[in-house]
Amino acid sequence: MAAHELSVDDLLPLQPATFHILMALADDDRHGYAVIQEIAARTDGAIRLSAATLYRSLQRMLEQGLIEETEDRPAPDQDDERRRYYRITKFGEAVARAEMRRLQELLRLARASGFAPRSAS
Amino acid sequence: MILYRALLWLYPRSFREEYGGDMYAIFVRRWRLAPHAVNRGVLLVEAVVDALHNAPGAHLDILTQDLATAWRTIRRARALSVTVVIVTAVAIGATTAAFAVADHVLIRPLPYDEPARLVSIWQAGPGGGRLEASPANYRDWRDNARSFGRLAAFQSVSRNLVGIGEPVRIEGASVTGDLFRTLGGTPLIGRTMTSDDDRESSVPTVVISERLWRDRFASDPAAVGRAVTLDETTHVIIGVMPARFEFPSRLVDFWIPQVFRPQEYIYGNPFLHTVARLRRGVTREQADAEVRAIAGAVARTNAQADPRVSAMVVTLRDQVTPQARLLLWILVAAAASLLMIACTNLANLLLTRGFARQKELAVRAALGARRHRLLRQLFTENALLAIGGGAAGIGLAVIGIPTLVRLVPTTLPVAEAPAVDLRVLAVAITATFMSAIGFGLMPAWQISRQSDARALHDGARSGIGRRTARVRAALVVAQVSMSVLLLVGSGLLLRAMLKVQSTHPGFQTSGVLTLRTTLPVKKYESVSLRHQFFRRVLDGVQALPGVTSASYTTGLPIVDRAGIWVIRVPGAEGLPAERRLASLRFITPRFFETLQIPLRGGRDVADSDTQASQPVAVVSDSFARHYWPDQNALGRQFTVRGVNWTIVGIVGDVRVRGLEQPSEAQAYLPEQQMPDRGLSRYVPRDLVIKTNRPLEALIPAIRGIVASADQQQPISDIQPLADVIAADTAPRVAQVRVLGAFAAIAFFLAGIGLHGLLAYNVSQGAREIGVRMALGAERRTILRMVLQRGMQLALIGVLAGGIFAVVAGRWLQALLAGVSPTDFASFGGAVGLAFAMTVVGSLLPALKATRVDPLQVMRAD
Repeated sequence: MAAHELSVDDLLPLQPATFHILMALADDDRHGYAVIQEIAARTDGAIRLSAATLYRSLQRMLEQGLIEETEDRPAPDQDDERRRYYRITKFGEAVARAEMRRLQELLRLARASGFAPRSAS
Repeated sequence: MILYRALLWLYPRSFREEYGGDMYAIFVRRWRLAPHAVNRGVLLVEAVVDALHNAPGAHLDILTQDLATAWRTIRRARALSVTVVIVTAVAIGATTAAFAVADHVLIRPLPYDEPARLVSIWQAGPGGGRLEASPANYRDWRDNARSFGRLAAFQSVSRNLVGIGEPVRIEGASVTGDLFRTLGGTPLIGRTMTSDDDRESSVPTVVISERLWRDRFASDPAAVGRAVTLDETTHVIIGVMPARFEFPSRLVDFWIPQVFRPQEYIYGNPFLHTVARLRRGVTREQADAEVRAIAGAVARTNAQADPRVSAMVVTLRDQVTPQARLLLWILVAAAASLLMIACTNLANLLLTRGFARQKELAVRAALGARRHRLLRQLFTENALLAIGGGAAGIGLAVIGIPTLVRLVPTTLPVAEAPAVDLRVLAVAITATFMSAIGFGLMPAWQISRQSDARALHDGARSGIGRRTARVRAALVVAQVSMSVLLLVGSGLLLRAMLKVQSTHPGFQTSGVLTLRTTLPVKKYESVSLRHQFFRRVLDGVQALPGVTSASYTTGLPIVDRAGIWVIRVPGAEGLPAERRLASLRFITPRFFETLQIPLRGGRDVADSDTQASQPVAVVSDSFARHYWPDQNALGRQFTVRGVNWTIVGIVGDVRVRGLEQPSEAQAYLPEQQMPDRGLSRYVPRDLVIKTNRPLEALIPAIRGIVASADQQQPISDIQPLADVIAADTAPRVAQVRVLGAFAAIAFFLAGIGLHGLLAYNVSQGAREIGVRMALGAERRTILRMVLQRGMQLALIGVLAGGIFAVVAGRWLQALLAGVSPTDFASFGGAVGLAFAMTVVGSLLPALKATRVDPLQVMRAD
């Protein structure tokens, strides 16, 4: 399933795990375990992805072209040779932004219906 | 840790190989960080839940992906995919239909309680043949045998149903009271018979079929308790049996009590069938030994009983004749062969396609796809095709089953058409699954083996490994041999059918209409009353325009095979009884003229042959030759039931027992010389009419004539006499058609297979051919080279198929009606066809080979 066959809209809405992984990779390339830790830290431990969920998501995201494996490694003393590092692609960034807009729109509608305080905007 | 590694095995292999190491590393890290044993326990539970949740999902991910890819591939190669689906559908349809019928007749339990314990008891003739039981035999077994929990006797009867709608002739059974309890049949409404119903003093009762209840009583529950008239006797309806209760045959519409008066318990009047339920724990063999012992004891003490006749017990299911059984197994075997041919053919086809895709696969391999992933992908594609074919095949089976129904013997107490139920579907699904393995896995495996990086470098040229080439050649040889086997088999059956069909029945059928008016026994007890009826009908019919002659007879040849008597001839008393049998018919004048049975000497029976005149008889050629070889039989006498009959005429022989069996000699007696009362079974009931007009045109007029002779007399079994012969050979025609169709399909598939292989060889060997041509080989040499290869394969296939066919022919012998199992025409025809197919199949690829342009193939390199 090559990425060029998919448009941004094909992938929306994103699964929560996918969106979290994209966010975790937004500022830095990370290996699998680091992704889990990053997500846990960002959510104050509320979301702890299991290894299988993570790798199934990573596999699908690789196929969809949202992320790629990277050859760039950190300094050797911080690196384990066996680890693979993942990096968000341009397409991945575009999809994450589109998802964010979708959620914003959803939020706006929710506010308009009085589900949330208007002042927060 | 070991547990986690074990859990990883739940994931698809490709996923495990890709991410298993990372997942394990994460688990180990968390394990080490866990402060307490409790935390580690929670970690383990989480890991198990995680695996159980995600592993199926990971499999599904791959399947979805493979299916999407497969669907694209299938659509891209549309012609090939459609071919695969059609071929699979035909093979699976044939197999499923054949199994459904065989299962219905041979395997599936009969629709009664604990059918395995149901048996029937027969008299065993001196040669081991089955004979019906006489009332005295029934009494002996019922009173003395301890093997049976219950035992019932019955005979098929038919009665005129009068007073409810049009008078109609219906089929039924006269049964002893225990029959229903022996079989374990419960009524839809009302009750069944008990042993109280078959007493002489009881009010005559009747149990009717659901069909009769529906047709004549509009399914009214109030029908129970009503009285109906069956042949002048009033019976009270006591119950209705459900539609699935079809005993002893599916034609039965009623059951009446079989009453025996004490004086009727005699030996030597065999007309009863029996059904018995073995006591729990008693085997058929034990019961068999017991009835033999009883027969032996009776023969020692009773002078009436024939000491050469014993008894035998057969299971109810085994009542199916060995021929019918064999035929059905042949059908299943043929269908299975067809399935095998189809699978091998498709395996070859897909192998070819697979090699054509080798480059694509090699690219994927180079991009990191592992071999097992490619294997899985290829298998998914082929399995998808197999499933498509299987689904279509089930559809074909549903359509095809009714055409196989002629192969279901009418004597079996089961419904005519088998239903496509879960059991049959299970077979269809198994067949689909086996095809998927057969033609799906093998090519996938072969191709994925080749599709390593090497293939990429070598390009298409490396395509066919020597081993794969051998496998493919073997597949083609297997197809050829199977199709030769099927061709020989259907050839043999075809020859047998033609032989049977060409057998002269001894009478002419063209322009003869037949119908039946069965006179109620009581109403027509006296000869004069019957004669009046016959006279009025015959005079009326013969006066119709276009009718040249008409006559009544006890029973039509082939339709009525019974009516056999032991006769006495002065000077031949020493002959054993079975050599003194004659087929006895009472007739009205002009019977021989109507059926164009040649009169060899003397005269026909006449209206002047009456109770007052000397009893006379017309006998067949074989009758005369048997007792008076080289002498004139006219004027000689023989005795039946104490009456001396003088022979006044000799006619040609008729095949009373059908085209395939020898018949007893025939004796025809004048209808007016039947005794009053008694011999009621022989009262003429079949009317035969010779006409030069279309047969159907006569029917309304005949109905009017019969009604004017007796308003209450129903007419049944209206049919052209030709249909009687056709019905006699119908199972053969059906079996030849079915097997012939199978053979034709197999033959066609084998042809495609051979062509495909050679065409592929040529395209793969184009370079070699090009080199040869560049080196000066002539086109003729190339042509010969390809044709030779085809012939080689065909020769091996034909030899193997021929050997199988010789073995199978022996097996078929019982169905061959005397055609030799090594019949030259059948074998020669099959071999000839196989070689013709080889030439046709090879010619195109061979011609293509001669058109190879040496320059072009070298340049392409």
